[in-house]
Amino acid sequence: MPKLTLDDLRKIQEKSRRMTMLREGAGKAKITVHMGTCGIAAGARDIMVAFLDEIEKKDAKDVIITTSGCAGLCSREPMATVELAGQAPVKYVDLTPEKARTIFTDHVLKGKIVMEYALALGSERTF
Amino acid sequence: MKTYRSYCMVCAGTACVSNRSFHIKEALEREIEKQGLQDEIAVVTTGCNGFCAVGPLVVVHPEGIFYQQLREEDIPYVVEEHFLKGRPVKRLMYSPPGEQTPIPKMNDIGFFKQQRLIALRNRGLIDPERIDEYIARDGYFGLAKALKMKPREIIQEIKDSGLRGRGGAGFLTGLKWELTRKAKSNGGKFVLCNADEGDPGAFMDRSIVEADPHSVIEGLIIGAYAIGANQGYIYIRNEYPLALKRLIIALEQARNYGLLGKDILGSGFDFDIKIVRGAGAFVCGEETALMASVEGRLGEPRPRPPFPTEHGIWSKPTNNNNVETWANVPSIIRRGAQWYSQIGTETSKGTKVFSLVGKINNTGLVEVPMGITLREIIYDIGGGIPHEKAFKAVQTGGPSGGCIPAELLDLPVDYESLSEAGSMMGSGGMVVLDEDTCMVDIARYFLSFTQDESCGKCTPCREGTKMMLHLLKKITEGKGTEEDLETLEQLAHEVKETSLCGLGKTAPNPVLTTLRYFRDEYEAHIKEKRCPAHVCRQLNTYRIDPDACTACGLCRKECPEDAISGGKKQPHLIDQQKCVKCGICFDVCKFEAVCID
Repeated sequence: MPKLTLDDLRKIQEKSRRMTMLREGAGKAKITVHMGTCGIAAGARDIMVAFLDEIEKKDAKDVIITTSGCAGLCSREPMATVELAGQAPVKYVDLTPEKARTIFTDHVLKGKIVMEYALALGSERTF
Repeated sequence: MKTYRSYCMVCAGTACVSNRSFHIKEALEREIEKQGLQDEIAVVTTGCNGFCAVGPLVVVHPEGIFYQQLREEDIPYVVEEHFLKGRPVKRLMYSPPGEQTPIPKMNDIGFFKQQRLIALRNRGLIDPERIDEYIARDGYFGLAKALKMKPREIIQEIKDSGLRGRGGAGFLTGLKWELTRKAKSNGGKFVLCNADEGDPGAFMDRSIVEADPHSVIEGLIIGAYAIGANQGYIYIRNEYPLALKRLIIALEQARNYGLLGKDILGSGFDFDIKIVRGAGAFVCGEETALMASVEGRLGEPRPRPPFPTEHGIWSKPTNNNNVETWANVPSIIRRGAQWYSQIGTETSKGTKVFSLVGKINNTGLVEVPMGITLREIIYDIGGGIPHEKAFKAVQTGGPSGGCIPAELLDLPVDYESLSEAGSMMGSGGMVVLDEDTCMVDIARYFLSFTQDESCGKCTPCREGTKMMLHLLKKITEGKGTEEDLETLEQLAHEVKETSLCGLGKTAPNPVLTTLRYFRDEYEAHIKEKRCPAHVCRQLNTYRIDPDACTACGLCRKECPEDAISGGKKQPHLIDQQKCVKCGICFDVCKFEAVCID
């Protein structure tokens, strides 16, 4: 009786898909949580946790989440930028974990910008 | 599997480990936990990343930020700035020699940009001690595909790919497999992996095993199935403790998954691999000596034919390939011969791994397509020669290869071109030499290595290399005659033609190529009693420049023969009668006042 079959190999590979894509720097969407001192003080960490939790719950394998410094608009922190492959980045302001979850479901997964939380469409790049 | 947002790949190849990379890893884990990021950022140890010159190094994904020459005290800052606040730390990034602007991303650095990875495709991207990470990057899918093919089809695929042995001689791998497949046996066949890498300055095979042991194992299983072998051996030198450890772990994991053992992936094919540890004799890299050693006998070569494909380990047909060859096999099967044969030149297909060492800025491990020029490897990837010195030659193929001079820098790197230049591909060592290198001394150095490693079984190698070494020593000491040069050349040809095995057949190559390209240096040693590179100390005359001398007295104090005189505020003077040419005065002078004539 063989211990492993081709299907088992496929399962192992699928389970690690997110890890592989991250290491190759590939992904269809990138979320940047602004984590300057202002962002952290305003609760950026909770936003980050909410996004990570969503990625795990929705099993989103191709979403990159990263941090950056202060975005320059400290009064509207916590902020995050969502960038879908091939589209202009969108900046969201005054975030709460709930808003972050909505943005994740609607914008990151379905591609629909959440206008009421958005500040602007901009072309700022963090790396 | 946990959802991380970032992976910190800490290089744990031998070079980085000796630069304390495990301490860096611990510091990273400690600081990440301190900042409460342990559920977001994972720290992974990988095999050799390749850029050994700037280790210890860490690559952060998904951004691909490349940090180099890290110290433990840098880590708290990196974790807080980059991982917490998202601001990559510029001062720890790599800047090319002579440039101020750092290059943040690994793939933008010249050293990495021009490489093409097949044998090293997983280097730095997986933890070599976790089989799941290998599988995640298509590992063992080549095997799964192969097991659904007929052995004949696999051999045809390898033949069509044009893969040639990466151990040095460049024999067609598919043809060798076919010969072993067709050989008659009255009780089994074997596949063998030669991991007895022994050239000075070469670490290709060690790095492949350290970075991706499963690629070698998968290659061996595919080969065994194609040839009809049920037992494999990996002969690895015990001086490679990290490679050995990772290999043992990998074999155990493969067995647990049933990828080794009985009925692999439900195909009905049984196969297992045994590790044989070598004691580090250079001659055991020669296949017949290696097989004698596997059997527990003295590692001595025997005449061929019969070739191992018919008469190998325990007199059974044995297919021997080296580490890099085996590591190429899974990708060829998975992606097809058509894909592989597009890379490289007409006669040399695919890529080759080289270890780039010596007088070069970017010391490290590189994998490049065949046909790339030496200039591209040395200047574009290797970053040129340090301290703005001039390039003199490159020694390819280690002690069995030869020196290729500057005028052949545009030579394409493939089996035929290197042979025509009098050198060889070898297993892939590349030692770069600059203007301060004496070519006679280099020939002496490599010959002293092969002479030392000669097993002594056949006379030409045992006595011939000894005599050649004696003559080279005479020349470097300024006692050589023109007749010695003739004898040396004649001996070199005879040892090459009459030795029993590859060791003796190739040992004269460094002498023959330096004679071919740098004969003037030999003649300067003999006729003018002068070493143009000032390396052979017995030929140097040391003199103190009275204008540059500050009368500090350091040379006078350090001279073991009291050959230097001079007082306060008086330029010093060397007594040539007493001077033994040890060169200490030259080494200690802080004002470059000691000159060599």
